[in-house]
Amino acid sequence: MKLSILVNEGPYQHQSADSAIQFTKAALARGHEIFRVFFYHDGVNNGTRFAVPPQDDRNITAQWTALAEEHNLDLVVCIAAAQRRGILDENEAKRQGKDGNNIAPGFRISGLGQLIEAGIQSDRLVIFGD
Amino acid sequence: MSEPWEDEPEGPVRKFMYVNRRAPYGTIYALESLEVVLIAAAFEQDVSLVFMDDGVYQIKKGQNTDAIGVKNFSPTYRALEGYDVEKLYVERESLESRGMTTDDLVVPVQLVDKDQLAELMEEQEVILSF
Repeated sequence: MKLSILVNEGPYQHQSADSAIQFTKAALARGHEIFRVFFYHDGVNNGTRFAVPPQDDRNITAQWTALAEEHNLDLVVCIAAAQRRGILDENEAKRQGKDGNNIAPGFRISGLGQLIEAGIQSDRLVIFGD
Repeated sequence: MSEPWEDEPEGPVRKFMYVNRRAPYGTIYALESLEVVLIAAAFEQDVSLVFMDDGVYQIKKGQNTDAIGVKNFSPTYRALEGYDVEKLYVERESLESRGMTTDDLVVPVQLVDKDQLAELMEEQEVILSF
């Protein structure tokens, strides 16, 4: 089955990011295709490489990056939600006149159209959040 | 010049339902849900919106946010018609239990009871709940 994932909550604050990672791994292990993972609302905070969780805790962003590298996943952070919350890639930092960027490897910033496209193209859109 | 995220994907028309369950202020879900609906309109899918639980307050007449310092975005719901988003459903139980009638709402809606709403949800292909 072709699946897309929507993550609506921030990491650590809420379990939805962990559940989404675990679901994505399980789906891939069962041979399903992940068309896209889309991050919205505070979910965009999954995509910052500047988070430094304690060493004895999991690093959620690093888990996403590793998963993306291993399975060639398309991790998309919503641009409108990201701008509000200070998640920037190099282009956005330049466009907005900011002095740095913080997007983690394996993530890209794009528009809400990517979420709608995921809904159209996938057999199921699976949503993690409240 | 169009941005890359504005490219419309090729694909079939699917039944999208946006379920609004939260109060308009206090959290950002209602506002960012509306942003999804407005972007999604460009994709010419079969869209319906549901307001239930505290979500019915999103379309209540006479909102005034001056004292809380956030934008009153309720007028935007009246613009949905111009985006061909015309199927607006309100769950009767949610409205009545909050002492409201359709006269209290900024847009014309179709009242449905929870069983009818369950049937409508059954018909959908993509349901996004905010």
